[in-house]
Amino acid sequence: MTSITAYEPGASQLLMGNEAIARGALEAGLGFASAYPGNPSSEIIGSLAEVAREMDIHVEWSVNEKVALEAAAASFAGVRAIVAMKQNGLNVASDFLMNLNLTGTSAGLVLVICDDPAGLSSTNEQDSRPVAKWAELPLLEPATFQEAKDMTKWAFELSEKIRNVCLIRSVTRVSHARGDVRLAELMPPGRSARFAPTMLGQFTPLLVTLKHNMLHQKVKQAREAFETSEFNWYTGPEKPELLIVTCGSGWYYSLEAVRVLGLEESVGILKLGTTWPLPEKLVQEHLARTEKVLVVEEVDPFLEGNLKELVGDVFSTLGPLTFYGKRSGHLPTVGELDPDRVMTAVSTILGRERAVDADYAKKSQELTQSMVQNRMVGFCAGCPHRATLWSVKNALKLDGRGGFVTGDIGCYTLGLGPSGFFQLKTVQSMGSGAGLACGFGNLGKLGFGQPVLAVCGDSTFFHATIPALINGVYNQANFTLLILDNSATAMTGFQPHAGTGASATGDPAPSVDMEGLCRSLGIRVEVADPFDLQETTEKILDFMRCDGGVRVLISRRKCALVRAKAEKAAFKVWVDSEKCRGESCGCARLCTRVFQCPGLVWDSEGQKAKIDEVICSGCGVCADICPASAIIREAA
Amino acid sequence: MKEKDPLNVIVTGVGGQGNVLVSQFMGRALVRAGYHVTIGETYGASQRGGAVMSHLRISRQAQYGPLIPSGQADVILGLEPVETLRVLAQYGNPDVTVITNSRPVYPLSVAIGAARYPTVDEIMGALEELTSSAWLINATEIAVELGAPILANIVMVGALVGAGLVPLGPEEVELEFQESLSADRLDLNLKAFRRGLAEARARQPATPSA
Repeated sequence: MTSITAYEPGASQLLMGNEAIARGALEAGLGFASAYPGNPSSEIIGSLAEVAREMDIHVEWSVNEKVALEAAAASFAGVRAIVAMKQNGLNVASDFLMNLNLTGTSAGLVLVICDDPAGLSSTNEQDSRPVAKWAELPLLEPATFQEAKDMTKWAFELSEKIRNVCLIRSVTRVSHARGDVRLAELMPPGRSARFAPTMLGQFTPLLVTLKHNMLHQKVKQAREAFETSEFNWYTGPEKPELLIVTCGSGWYYSLEAVRVLGLEESVGILKLGTTWPLPEKLVQEHLARTEKVLVVEEVDPFLEGNLKELVGDVFSTLGPLTFYGKRSGHLPTVGELDPDRVMTAVSTILGRERAVDADYAKKSQELTQSMVQNRMVGFCAGCPHRATLWSVKNALKLDGRGGFVTGDIGCYTLGLGPSGFFQLKTVQSMGSGAGLACGFGNLGKLGFGQPVLAVCGDSTFFHATIPALINGVYNQANFTLLILDNSATAMTGFQPHAGTGASATGDPAPSVDMEGLCRSLGIRVEVADPFDLQETTEKILDFMRCDGGVRVLISRRKCALVRAKAEKAAFKVWVDSEKCRGESCGCARLCTRVFQCPGLVWDSEGQKAKIDEVICSGCGVCADICPASAIIREAA
Repeated sequence: MKEKDPLNVIVTGVGGQGNVLVSQFMGRALVRAGYHVTIGETYGASQRGGAVMSHLRISRQAQYGPLIPSGQADVILGLEPVETLRVLAQYGNPDVTVITNSRPVYPLSVAIGAARYPTVDEIMGALEELTSSAWLINATEIAVELGAPILANIVMVGALVGAGLVPLGPEEVELEFQESLSADRLDLNLKAFRRGLAEARARQPATPSA
């Protein structure tokens, strides 16, 4: 698709929120960008990587978020830098951030955090905004695509003005939505990068209390800038019956609610783009003109809490105020917002009915209910993870000592469910599969006798598994690490990583040798082909039985979606309906009921299995699971 | 055709059918034609067989939010019939127009024999009751004929434009293909688009009965 530099200044371009953020950085003269992929943030660095060569800037996929932020602090050398991460990534980076805030910066450094309300592509639901208060760093929240671009550009100026990191918090419905954005001029970065610390200890947090005091001063400066920011605005009557205070994706939902309910004359909206520190004078002016306030924001009542904190300080200047929002129960405290939820809140507070066609709603539910089944998410047709977990399942069963799998973050997290045969028993954060195994693997003297298999993907291995692996070796934990190497960061959009031999910009890069790295620890390391079910099962079994210490088995096959783009199918696969004995086989429909590849379906009319040729990827693995040898695999 | 403003279009299907691409092609052509466009997408599970939809909001006047309120879809473009019904149940209204691919992508529960997929007649019956007009297009069959089942989404874009349900002419969409697609993919995409266009132009919507 068209890049973020393809259009002329002045043109309107349809941009994803993340692309708009990236474009804003380029309009600010960006020189350096880094991130570890994580949705909904991945396209910020992804779209910058596409144009890195043409803009002659450095863009990288870093090994994890902490390193990404540390690398972006190259802004110390006078280069504007951006770093992007999802909410979980912020947690990884926070150790560095909580010192960097005291150190301060010189050239602009912008940290974009993309939260994922409802955890649509995450293992947790987290509001990252308290980090602004915690680290005392200014926080901006874009509400529109245009603002995502313009705000990012301005964030660099603010960062340089207060000489500290500026935070931008986006959410899925801004980052992963698209809208038309009017473009401004691109600005090439300066070419005189040089690190020249002028003061003793300028780039350390030492003299902590002095630095902490300086940090307070920077917050004050930011607040002053926020009081007159163009990213805060009000629409509505002079004295609204209800004042909605909102930020981020809440802006469009609030606007829609007021429009659909026809309340333009009685409800006002104060939209804040600068949410911490609060522009107190501005907010106070608006609070003084109403008696009812509804706060519309994603995830936690962060803005609501800050407004109330302000009211606590200045209540003598305000009239009686009632707050509505998440704490009052008018808006949900979990999951994401949408226009309907905001409409319900507004109509409940004001006692107005929302006109709905109840007959149609009832009829449509009745007519469709029995026809619309849930669509379970599962591994793709031809996914190597399904094959590996099939072998894991069989090996654990053959071993019979109650062994289990500690899971990790990636596509293979789906192994918690039916398409991975429920094999994963734990999932927490990046690298935690091996970390947990370090503990379980040292419970032997406490009576623990179950084999432990930790899994992680190739990208996760580099991100956070290596320290846990070294810990396991050093402390002589007893477990097998199974690396599911599909040669991509598949879950987030196939970004390259340290082991793929390609850089973020698509140039050749040194490939870190995963096997060599593991071997250097003096442990047993082998590679298996997951599509060879028998060999993989035997290897897993053998690794589990070789008790004592850590061993590593790498199950290696390219991601099915990557294969589909680059290679022809290896096999033509079909079901020989003479050989398939259907329900009378005794296998209890092992292929469709248990193996559950979407390319293999149960034909309820013919009462046999069949291949859906549109979906089948031609991996041929299912041929090995059919006890009647009815699934035929022919070289394509 | 008098344009509704905003025009709310939902593109729906199953992860892997190219839903996101469809909304992007149309969105870009609409921006070029001077419209404000917002596209909200359900993501995350999109490549792994989950239910996927894109909300397109098209306006001459202003930009709208990325999510359409319940009951306020004007047009539903379905790449998969049961997904079309799923969206209809939440976003439909008596004035909604539906244009959908006829070819099922079986949910796992159906593929493994644990649930039944509705018949074409059952689906059409529901569409007749719940829409002002509905079109059923054999998009996957057409795409298979062209040798690329994945292009069913582009056939459906052709049908949508051919049926006159969005304020875009064929040449505006084709221009977008020419800009966005590499030369080796362009020809087949144009063929798929034109087949869909012809399919919709050749007939009236299948419902409601006169």
